[in-house]
This record gives sequence, structure tokens and C-alpha cells, in this order.
Amino acid sequence: MNTNRRDFLKVALAGAATALTTNTAQARPPKDLPPDAVGILYDATLCIGCKACEVGCKNANAMPTITDPALEQAKDVHAIWDASSDLDSRNLNKIKAFAQGTAAVKDREQDGYSFIKRACMHCVDPDCISACPVSALTKDPLTGIVGYNPDACIGCRYCQLACPFNIPKFEFDKPFPKIVKCEMCRHLQAQGEIPACCAACPTGASLFGRVSDLLQEGQRRLNLPPGTYQDYPLHRLDSGQQRSAEVRGYHPHLYGETETGGTQYLLLAGVPFENLGLPALGPESSAQLSETIQHTLYQGLAAPTLLLGGLVYTVYRRTEAERHADDVEERRHD
Amino acid sequence: MTNMTEVYRPIGGRLLTRHFYFLAVLVLIGAYFTLRRFIFGIGDVSNLSDGFPWGIWITYDVVSGTAIACGGYAMALLVYIFNRGQFHAMIRVALLASAFGYTLAGASILVDVGRYWQLYNVFLPQYMNLNSVMLEVALCVTLYTLVLWIEFSPAILEAMRAKRALRFVRHALFFFIGLGILLPTMHQSSLGSLLIIAGHKVHPLWQTPIIPLLFLITAIAMGYGIVVFESLYAAVNLGRRLETDLLSRIGAIIPWLLSVYLIIRLGELAISGDSVYLWQPGLEPWLFITEIALFLYAIWILFDAKKRQRPTQLFWSALAVVLAGTLYRFDAFLIAYNPGPGWHYFPAVGEMMITLAIIAFEVMAYLFFVKKTPILAADS
Repeated sequence: MNTNRRDFLKVALAGAATALTTNTAQARPPKDLPPDAVGILYDATLCIGCKACEVGCKNANAMPTITDPALEQAKDVHAIWDASSDLDSRNLNKIKAFAQGTAAVKDREQDGYSFIKRACMHCVDPDCISACPVSALTKDPLTGIVGYNPDACIGCRYCQLACPFNIPKFEFDKPFPKIVKCEMCRHLQAQGEIPACCAACPTGASLFGRVSDLLQEGQRRLNLPPGTYQDYPLHRLDSGQQRSAEVRGYHPHLYGETETGGTQYLLLAGVPFENLGLPALGPESSAQLSETIQHTLYQGLAAPTLLLGGLVYTVYRRTEAERHADDVEERRHD
Repeated sequence: MTNMTEVYRPIGGRLLTRHFYFLAVLVLIGAYFTLRRFIFGIGDVSNLSDGFPWGIWITYDVVSGTAIACGGYAMALLVYIFNRGQFHAMIRVALLASAFGYTLAGASILVDVGRYWQLYNVFLPQYMNLNSVMLEVALCVTLYTLVLWIEFSPAILEAMRAKRALRFVRHALFFFIGLGILLPTMHQSSLGSLLIIAGHKVHPLWQTPIIPLLFLITAIAMGYGIVVFESLYAAVNLGRRLETDLLSRIGAIIPWLLSVYLIIRLGELAISGDSVYLWQPGLEPWLFITEIALFLYAIWILFDAKKRQRPTQLFWSALAVVLAGTLYRFDAFLIAYNPGPGWHYFPAVGEMMITLAIIAFEVMAYLFFVKKTPILAADS
């Protein structure tokens, strides 16, 4: 019985060593924004809900138009509207409207309404990238764009579970499905163009630029006196094209500045973002916590290796009789 | 130490019973829906959506199914680490159930993942993402499934009378038994860790940074629970002697595990302040209470030396442990999972039939093996 206790102690020691090595591991630090990362500033107070961005997006990304047969029959038209109502595997970008009470005045919280543009937020510290087992989702080290590689993807949909904004969409209706998400028109950017939604936007509500510049622009707008007329840039921050518009008053928050470790897609609106269907998120990504826990347990596979050693040794001692049993048996048969 | 006089025998008897045919029909129905899934896509047979990308295939077949298949792991811990040789005769049947549970979890992953033809990418170093909890789970579960079949192989080799191979396996087995204890420790906890990254979508009564520990403890408890449950159920249905004495001693381990689990879980809720969610309206507090009640019922019965000696009490409390652990997993992954307004999930008929077929296939394979190969210890 003594030897058994000793063996048990050895396993316990291996376990203790496991616990000790965990203390030496550090929390995974937050990710930094690449200095030249690009993004989009969406200003809901400038948006008129024309959905030109959606049309531009679909053209640029060769996505099909979604029709509503019942609506078309009722109105006796054909293929005029893109009738999808939310982001899905055929819509990378969506303008949505939120109304409260009588919805009389735009960008007002009480009895008002507001538009909101939804697409991938291109997080600084994306949960989807941390989650993906096969690196099918990656962050471009220069632009910070979160891109998708179907050749790596196994279709496990863990990215969908991980994303706090429910952005990655999956082609459930296809036998050979893919994940679909906004990649900020990286194919157009590679040719020196800007994302199609920003190119299409007539009011400057969708504005392309360097994230560090957009953050400044967002803060500047938050401080503009409501009721005054100001110049708003069109398409891209440094395009030189401008349009004068009335400052309608902002809800004092630049969404995406801190949320889940920051996002490269920034939002301004006249009403609180919870009213627009955006989750209230803390300054740390879930990926940071998940990776800290995972790497604490598995850093360099040191703890599992130690534990395996203890386990195998103990089992070896315990199975001595079993290993020799058939030798004895065979000798008897010979 | 290990009692080497123990003898395993095929129990014999007719394989093609009426029950067996019934199970075969279930498998055929499931096969039909599986075929549809591969021709028309996942949406054709399931209610999975962008809000609920994971349904019962993941929550039952993989997350709960592998925990229910922890009998082999739990018994190996008992026999080889805590040196309780008297339970050695029960290991083989526990390993059999584990090998099926894990193999079929693997099979259902093939149905669930969208791009199954690229599934081998998880084994290619250029694609591996070492930050991904899913990668750890995928590699660990695959490796453990292989290890389980190696651990189980002596039974098959004995049936084949392959003496040389048997001797070879017996001499290397200690390493695989050790590995077979490490791997479930890793991935059963990681199955819980999968949820950490889902953040606010997992209800605060279930979302916690210590979820890996909670999943690990319940998986081991479920392992002992299923060994007791399976043994009693099989004894009654296959007309074998009840091993009540041995089983009640396994049952006696469970309340200790569950008590530790409840102290950690409730303590964490109290310390983090998430216990306030217990007093909020809605279904979630009731789900939580149901889980705890099932766990407490098992603790109450199994702590009592007299009660756990009675086969009926033992049977129901062992079942309660398995159900409570399964409900815990369903609540965390599905029922109390909330991706935001507008999303709902209830499994479609096709989805359920595929899962049922997998369970039916498992039972059929179990019957085949215990009747045809030396798995169960001979009644003395």
C-alpha cells in the first residue's frame, strides 16, 4: 500500500507542477491597431437611407439581388428592389432603420428614428480570428482588414459563435458552403480604390480613411455645436470633396473606439447605440480572456507533458502484473 | 492489484432481435436525412442559422456525447491512478462505450461541418491556429478516439486469437492508458472553454472563466454515472447478474465530485456577483435550478450507503447525474444561449433523426460487440 501512496504522490506532484507553471504565464496583452490600418466612419446623422452603398457593395462583390415575389406582384414591378432585410450570406452590408414612438424626427431618441449601417467591424482584436482553428480568418498586418480564405475553412462556424456582432454568415442552403463577410473590398483597395459602399455614398455618411484619422474626425464631430452648418468630407477623408450639412447633434459616443478592444469600422449616431441593435461591449475582447486561459493551461505544452509523464509512470507501475501475465500464460502453453 | 483470473466472454445469444431491427430502421431514416444534407446542404435538414450556428449535432453528439462517453476515462482514473484493481473487470465495457461515443461524435462532426472535404486542414501545420480552443478540441478528440480503439484492441485481438499482436499491444498499453487519461482531461475542459469567446451571448449563469474546470468535473462524474447506469440497464436487459455491490462503490465517488462542482459553481456565482441573474424573470433561473436539483438528488442518494445499495435508487441517481450534466451542457450551448433579438432555435425533424440514428447505431454496435466479442466479465 505504501508504494501506491508514493505513486499517487507522484501524480499529485505532477499536478501541482501543472498548477505552478500556470502561475508563471502572463495574461495575453491587447492587440494594437496597425499604424496604417484603414477603416470606415459611418455617421448615421448624415445617412439618408438611400441604400446606394448596398447596391455598390453587391456590384463590387458579385452578390445576387434578393427579390420579394409577393411584394413585386403586389406592386406590379420586377427586380427593382433588393428586398433582403438583414445581413446574411447574400448581404455583406445593410442599412437598417430603427424607429421609436411616432418616429417623427430623424436622429432623435424620443419619437424619432435613425438609420444604421451594419457590416463587419474589422475588430482590432478579432474574436473570429482567435476562434478559427485553421487560420481561415486572418488580419492583414498593414491594413488590418479581416479577410477570409475558403481554402483553409472547414465550415465549423465557431467564428459565428465567437463574433460579438454576429457578422460572419454561412451558406446553409448550399452543398458546398462558405463563410461570407465584408472584407472591406480588399480586392478594390489592392487596385488603389476605396470600398464600394464609401464610393457610392452620396452624403458622406460612409467615409473611408486611415483609422487613426477617422478616430480624430469622429471626436471632432462629437464636439460640433448642434444646429450649425459644417463641411463634411465625401467618400474618403482626404478626398477634398465636401458637402455642407447641419449638425443634428450626436449621442456622445464614438462606437468602436474602445468596444471589444477597438474596431476599424466606427459609428456615430444621434441616438444611443443600444437602440440601434449594437451590443454594449467592454474594452477587452473575449479573445483576450479565452487565449489567456488557454495559453495558461497549455503554454509550450509544459503542463500536459509533465502530467503525461506522471500518468504514464503510474500506469506502468500498476500494469506490471498485466504485462507479465501473458508471458507466464504463453510459457505454460509452450 | 489487478486480479488476473478475470475472464471476459462473449455473452452470445441472437443478435437480430426485434429491438435490433427497430434500431436499424432508425439508422436508415437517419441515413436518408444525412444523404439529403450532403446533396442539398445543412439548411435542408436542420434549423441551424447564422444566430444559432451550433445546434444539437454539436451540443448533443459532440459536447454531451463525449462527456457521456467518459466512462472509459473515469474508470481508468479509478483503476490505474487511484489503484482500485477490483474495478478492473468493468473497464473493458466502459472502454467500448467510450470508443463508440467518441467515434460517433467524430462522425457527426463530418455531418455538421460545412466544408468537410477540407477537415484535414486541422492537421496541417500551415493552417493550425494555436490560439483556437477549437483546434485543441479537434486534435485532442481525434487523437483520443484512436487511443480508445488501441486501449480496446485487446478485446478484438482476443476474439481473433491474434496472440502475437495481443502480446505486443499489452506491452505498450501502459503508455496509451496514460495518454488516454491526459487527453480527456484536456479536451473535456476545453469543450467548456469553447464558450468563453462567445462572451455576452452565453448567459451569465453559465458564462465564467472557470467553465473548463466545471466541464471537466461534470464529465468525470457523468463517466461514473454512465458506467453505473449502463451496467444496471444492460444486466436487466441482457439477463445478467446485477453487480450492485461494485456499482454502489463507484456510485459513492460521484457525490464527492458533484459537491466540489457545486461549491465551485455556486461560489463563483456569488463572488462574481452573477448570482443576481437568479432572481431575474425568464426561463434561465429555472433551468439553473433544475440542474442543481438533479445534482442534489444524486448527491442525496449516493452519499447514503444504504440507499445506494438498492439497484433502483442507484439506477435513478446515476441517470440523474448523466441528465444533469447533459442539461448543463444544453443550457450553456443552446437553451440559455442568446445571440440577440430575432434568433430562435429548435431542432428540425431531420436534425433530430440524424442524432437519433447515431445513438441507435451506437446501441446496435454495443449489442454486436458484447454478444460476439469478449467484453463483459464472465458471471462467476
